[in-house]
Order: sequence, then C-alpha cells, then structure tokens
Amino acid sequence: MELKYILEAVLFSAQKPMSLKELRDVFATAPEHAEADEAARGLKKVKEGELTAALEQLVKEHEDAQRSYRLACVAGSWQFVTQPEYAPWLKALVGHRLRPPRLSQPALETLAIIAYRQPIMRAEIEQVRGVTIDGVMQTLVERGLVEQVGRAEVVGRPMTYGTTSLFLEYFGLRSLEDLPVADELRRIVVQKPESLVTTEPGLATVAPEQLALPSEPPSAEPKPEKTKAPKQDSATKA
Amino acid sequence: MPEYKVKFEVFEGPLDLLLYLIKKEEVDIYEVNLTRLATQFIEYIETMRLLDLEIAGEFLVMASTLMYIKSRELLPVEQQVQVEGEDDGDDPRWELIRQLVEYKKFKDAAGSLQVLEARQEDVFPRVPGKLEFASDAPAPRPDVSIFDLVSAVNSVLKRFNRPEDLRDIFEDKWSVSEKIEHLMRALSERLRMKFSELFEGVTSRSEVVVTFLALLELIRLKQLTVVQLEAFGEIEVCRVVQAAVVAPEGAGAAKSE
Repeated sequence: MELKYILEAVLFSAQKPMSLKELRDVFATAPEHAEADEAARGLKKVKEGELTAALEQLVKEHEDAQRSYRLACVAGSWQFVTQPEYAPWLKALVGHRLRPPRLSQPALETLAIIAYRQPIMRAEIEQVRGVTIDGVMQTLVERGLVEQVGRAEVVGRPMTYGTTSLFLEYFGLRSLEDLPVADELRRIVVQKPESLVTTEPGLATVAPEQLALPSEPPSAEPKPEKTKAPKQDSATKA
Repeated sequence: MPEYKVKFEVFEGPLDLLLYLIKKEEVDIYEVNLTRLATQFIEYIETMRLLDLEIAGEFLVMASTLMYIKSRELLPVEQQVQVEGEDDGDDPRWELIRQLVEYKKFKDAAGSLQVLEARQEDVFPRVPGKLEFASDAPAPRPDVSIFDLVSAVNSVLKRFNRPEDLRDIFEDKWSVSEKIEHLMRALSERLRMKFSELFEGVTSRSEVVVTFLALLELIRLKQLTVVQLEAFGEIEVCRVVQAAVVAPEGAGAAKSE
C-alpha cells in the first residue's frame, strides 16, 4: 500500500480541497474503518512532511504521464484540477464557471503592491502608484481579496492591509511564496547607478558634481551600473 | 468644442504617463533624459488643458517636481544650489527614477497576476461548485426591518380610511390561523408575492390587521421570509423552501404565541 496512492484515492473522492491537517485526520481515523488492516494502522500517525513528499511525488507522476487532471495545492489545500488546455470542452460540459469580472489594470497593480509588501499602509501603496487608491481599495476589499490585517506603529495608527486566502485561490497560488519574482519585489531594491544622465547633451551647462560625470563628449557617456534585469525577468517568469 | 473625436490616451496617474513617455523614447529608465521627459510631460498637461480635460492633482504635483528638476539642470553648474548636506535621498532626480523603477516592477508583477487570473478561469476542480465564490457573495440586501413592514402595512391601511368603512362594525370574520392557511395557499403556487398583493381581496381594516399578524407569525415560524430589493422599495414575501420542513401541524390549529 503506497501512501501516495492512498492520498490519490482520498483526494479523488474529497468533497472539497483538503489541507494537510485534514488529510492527517483521515489517516488517523482510517483504522476504525478497517478491521485488522495492517496498512491502515501503520499509517495512522503519518506526518505532514511525509504527506507532502508523497503528494509531490504524485504531482511529478501526473506531470510525466501528461495527465489532463492533476493535483494542485491552492491556499495550502490540495485538490484535483484539470489542466487549462481542456477548458473549451469543460466549459461546454459544465457551462462557464461563475467568476467575477476580471480585475482592471489599476486594481491588479494595487493588488500586486499589497501582495508583495504586506502588511502595508494605504499611504505607502499610494506612494508607489502615485495616485490615490480609494476606489480600487474598495473593490479589492469587496471582492474579498484584501483585508485589514492590523495597524501600523506610527502616529495615527493607520490600518495596514494584506491579501486573503481568497486571493490565493483567485490566482491559483499555493502560498505567498509562489508569487512570481517574490524575492525581488518584496524589498525596495533599486540600485542607484553611478551616474544619472539628466542633461540635454547640447546644453551649455554640465551636470552637477553629484553625478560625477567624467568630462567626455556626450556620446561616450558611461553606461550607469544598473540592475536592468528585473524588468525582463518578471515578464518572462509568468 | 469641435465635433470630431479626439483619440487621446488617458492615464491612471503621472507615473503611468511617465512610463509611457519613457517607453516611447525606447530608453531604459536609468538612461532617460529627465529634462526632455519633463518637457514632454508638461506638454501633455497643456494638451489636456486645451482639450478641457480634468487634470488630477497628482499630475500637477508631478509637473512641478519635473519643472524643479528641469530648472536645476538648466543652471550653470556654479549657480546650482548645492544644498549643504543634501544626501542622495533628497535628490529629486534620483527619487523620481527610483519611483519609476519600482512602479514599473509592480506593473510587470500585475501583468503576471493577470496571466494567472486568466489561467484560473480555465482550471476546473474535481468537484464542481468549489471555488465558485462569486455566487457566494451576492450583493448584500439589507434585512427588511419591522419598521419597513409596519410602514408597508400602514400604506395598505390608508386605503381603508374612507368614510364608508365606518359603518363596518361587524365582528371579525377572520382569525389569524385562517389567514395563515390562506397565505400559505397563496404562496404554494408562486414562491414570491409582492407585499401589496397579499391584501388584494381585503375589505376591511381588521382584515388587513389579521392578515398582517398572520404574515408576522409565518415569518416567525420561518415559513416565509421578506426581502426588499431596493431601499424603501416594494417588499416581497417569499416562501422558505427547506429540505426538512419543521412546521406546525395543520395551520388551522395554529395558535398565536
């Protein structure tokens, strides 16, 4: 009796996505339903780590076999789901799944900021986007994608916001760790380049000393040190 | 205003516009010529003004920041104000570039999220019905309060404030339990009825009152429920459909508690 196939059977019949804890409960109570079943007793105290390992094995097996339905872990719970390629036929079968309308660009941008920088104050979000976000915030809260998670330890004790588990479900994410390019966007990492080119090449004045531009003709301006990579990376990582 | 359609890009905010202008120049944010950018930005604001478009405050703030940057650049280096102790953090050029880079990163992240969003629309779970949170949160309708009901019955009662009603001093023909039966029958064919429809055949004030009491009793017994689709709008009475109905036996024997 392989653990992973038991898990496969359990998740096949599950009525809802199952968390690791719920799966463990299944194993804990299984012996009651199987008189003298060695396997059931043996697995009664299976650990979450063992479950995860077995589940990951299953995921790999399904991938190798190019299964049209595979196990997905969304918001920490496991469930069988179909691959998106089969959507046309499934939509014909079950009709369009009820989904709220797609989020607008500003909503997605605000959501991204909150997701990566949570907990975050409204003022900080507005600082990044350069606009006020009242309307967008209302939409995101109403949709259950963000919620208040606390208060900041500054004067006025403004509210801080974070994403909800519904947010993870909406985007099919296992956890916040699964956000694309997570590490980079969490921190405010913007390298200041050696020199900033801000002057019109033809102007009489030269850049102020802070820029430390060597006195060369404009065409030979040194390329500044830059962390240019991020822009491209995040686009391809999706 | 001229009649022809002007195709004019409207931007969410000043950073949006700046990124757009930078993209048009096809340069890297770090290499952008801030002076020229400032000029273009301000031109854009001017065009908005010409077209009589509303300019959000944030655009004007950005315009003034850009003008400040531009003006600094235009001064000969000896005359440029070197503020003592002005460290990197206060350099408005750097601050702007930093802001643009950061915003661009989140814009890209938003793009990734959008891809995930679209993908999830095509993913179907094993048990249909799950993840359909959309239908779980209908627009919240305020519960019909007793005040709404009272004012509704009040308007019905007003119909009976006519002189000819004063002569009706016969004993009540109706009991609450009979009206309960009547209401349940009325709502057996159709699941919903308008509040006003409940009183259609009613001929006296006392009948209105008895009908109303019957309605309240049925609501208390959770046989009926009332909803109001818009504030102060028409109230609708609906039959509660449950798998296991725990109802008092025989409406005729119902006593008003």
